[in-house]
Amino acid sequence: MSHSRLRYLCTVMGAFAVMIALAGCRHKPAPAPPTPPPAPAPAPTITLNADPTSIQAGQSSTLTWSSQNATKVELNGASVDLNGSQSVSPTESTDYEAVAYGANGQTASASAHVTVTQPPPPPAPAPAPQPSIQDLWNQNIKDAYFDFDKSNIRPDAQEALQADAEFLKQHPDVDFIIEGHCDERGSAEYNMGLGDRRANAVKDYLVQLGVDGSRIRTISYGKEKPFCTEHTEACWQKNRVGHLVLATPAQ
Amino acid sequence: MISRTFRRRVWLVLCALALGLAPFPVSAQQSVYIPITGAKKLRLALPDFKIGSADPAANSLAQTFDGVLWNDLYQSGLVEMVSKSFYPLQQPGTPTDLGGGALAAWSAAPTTAQRLVFGNVVVGNGALQVEGYLYDLTQPNKPFVLGKRYTDQPTPAAARVIAHEFADAIIAALGGGPGIAESKIVFISDRTGHKEVWMMDYDGANQQQLTHLDAICYSPRLSPDGSKVAFMELSSAGSRIRVLDLLTHRYARFPRLGGTNATPAWSPDGSKLAFSSSRTGDMEIYTINANGTGLRRLTYSPGVDIAPVWNPKTGAQIAFESDRTGLPQIYVMDADGTNQQRLTMSGYAVSPSWSPNGEALAFSWRRTGGGEGNGGAYDIYIWYLANRNYLQLTHNGERNDFPSWAPDGRHLVFAVGENESWQLFTILADGTSPAKLTTAGSNTMPNWSWH
Repeated sequence: MSHSRLRYLCTVMGAFAVMIALAGCRHKPAPAPPTPPPAPAPAPTITLNADPTSIQAGQSSTLTWSSQNATKVELNGASVDLNGSQSVSPTESTDYEAVAYGANGQTASASAHVTVTQPPPPPAPAPAPQPSIQDLWNQNIKDAYFDFDKSNIRPDAQEALQADAEFLKQHPDVDFIIEGHCDERGSAEYNMGLGDRRANAVKDYLVQLGVDGSRIRTISYGKEKPFCTEHTEACWQKNRVGHLVLATPAQ
Repeated sequence: MISRTFRRRVWLVLCALALGLAPFPVSAQQSVYIPITGAKKLRLALPDFKIGSADPAANSLAQTFDGVLWNDLYQSGLVEMVSKSFYPLQQPGTPTDLGGGALAAWSAAPTTAQRLVFGNVVVGNGALQVEGYLYDLTQPNKPFVLGKRYTDQPTPAAARVIAHEFADAIIAALGGGPGIAESKIVFISDRTGHKEVWMMDYDGANQQQLTHLDAICYSPRLSPDGSKVAFMELSSAGSRIRVLDLLTHRYARFPRLGGTNATPAWSPDGSKLAFSSSRTGDMEIYTINANGTGLRRLTYSPGVDIAPVWNPKTGAQIAFESDRTGLPQIYVMDADGTNQQRLTMSGYAVSPSWSPNGEALAFSWRRTGGGEGNGGAYDIYIWYLANRNYLQLTHNGERNDFPSWAPDGRHLVFAVGENESWQLFTILADGTSPAKLTTAGSNTMPNWSWH
């Protein structure tokens, strides 16, 4: 056993003896406490709340206060009950302060803030409803009419389709269908072909004017869906047509 | 088949022309208008079949049988039916009824028949039995030509079928080739409110609806074996070719090709369809295998090429209509698209149908003017390919369209525009014996079965 280990052991044993001696001291009786001083008069307290804290001009808010140990309460300088509530309708943002007075001249105070906002201006007159694409289509798009047994784009149809192309380029997200129609005369099977030629002639012309061909679907109805059913040239002319139809999203 | 009589007649007219006797203007294309003159036909007597049983059903069944047989023989175009008011009082039911001089009464005036068809109808034991005979009265010592016995259900439908079968047997015995009494016609009718495909017997009986698509159907064409019908269906999705199997009532798989697809036509072996498609932006003629594979483009001509029809005899040529020069005209080409030739040189010519023997085309033609912007008459013509002669079949001042040959080559069915509706008629290839087949709704685009 080394010399240092021996000294450590002696120190521990010595400390243990001191602890035992101290433990014996706790059993001595405690001294009597000193007599307390006389209680001072209690200080007043007060709370003040506004509900709601934010109103529009013309609306009202309720102030509620509650005091303790007060002999008198003033709200913004006016004497009020010690506890109570009051409705206020400030026209602009206002601070409210409640002061409680104690018996020996002590005071306490609390404040609340009511924010007053001005009512929103009357709503602006509703903007005119945006015309739907179908409305615009109906107002702007013109059909291309054809001579009998012909599928070439004649001058009046060129004019109509040039205006159509401008509209179509301004609405590049719109897909559409070109229907080819024929009048009631001639052979029904052949007119399926003639109607197809008319639809494709209109498509080709629009593509030439810069309209994206992938937006266009063509269909021939031959003489099956006439716009007019009288047996007159005026009526037949209405039926010899390349008719432009807005594609519904489903299509 | 064009009857030999008829070809002889054409030949006679050509002889007359050669002799400078042409009474008809010759057109710039050297086409000739060939008139029809009355031909001497065999006079055939057909007394009502004798009722050989007391069953009350026999009366009405015999009446049905007699009516259908009379009409079949009358419509055959081969014989002249001797009016019943000229018949002897005695009604033969069996060969023994014609013994002892009774036969001679039929060939004597006023009957003066050259052929006699007679027989009997018996209903008994839940069956209808019909016995029928054809006698050649110009051979009084050996008049028997044909004897047939049929047994079937005692129903009007069965009586009708027996009459058709017996009529075809008589027509074959008279040298008229295959009869058409059991043939069918498909067509388009709007009587339900939609243009659907319908089918009927050649005489207009048994009209039945085949499709229920609520769309617009066009151009039905029966396959050569009669088991399928190809047609065009037009809806807001576009027009496409459909193939309906008549046995299973199911639609065959067929590709959607894009654009307008119209006027299918079966090759004579049933393996291919020719049709018109604008899948490239212009209506051109294509062929495709019946199972939808092997699409092949035949024409490359700007304009409408439509309404193809195969030469049913050879399968080596296709006729079609094209407006590549203006108004539509009839063209013929080889089945691979080569050797395209224009036939008609004026007016407005549409809807070709090729005769069963391959020798003639029928089509609708307004020889001057015509077209969508030009009303007036369109007539059915027959155009003989060998010599470019043509024959006008209709003269009714109406719109006549969509001729289709019967398998016997002696008949055609076509549509006549009457006021606001179209109705179907059959007619002999010499322009005689028109018979109206339809009355309900508007009926058009008929196609006669191949057999």
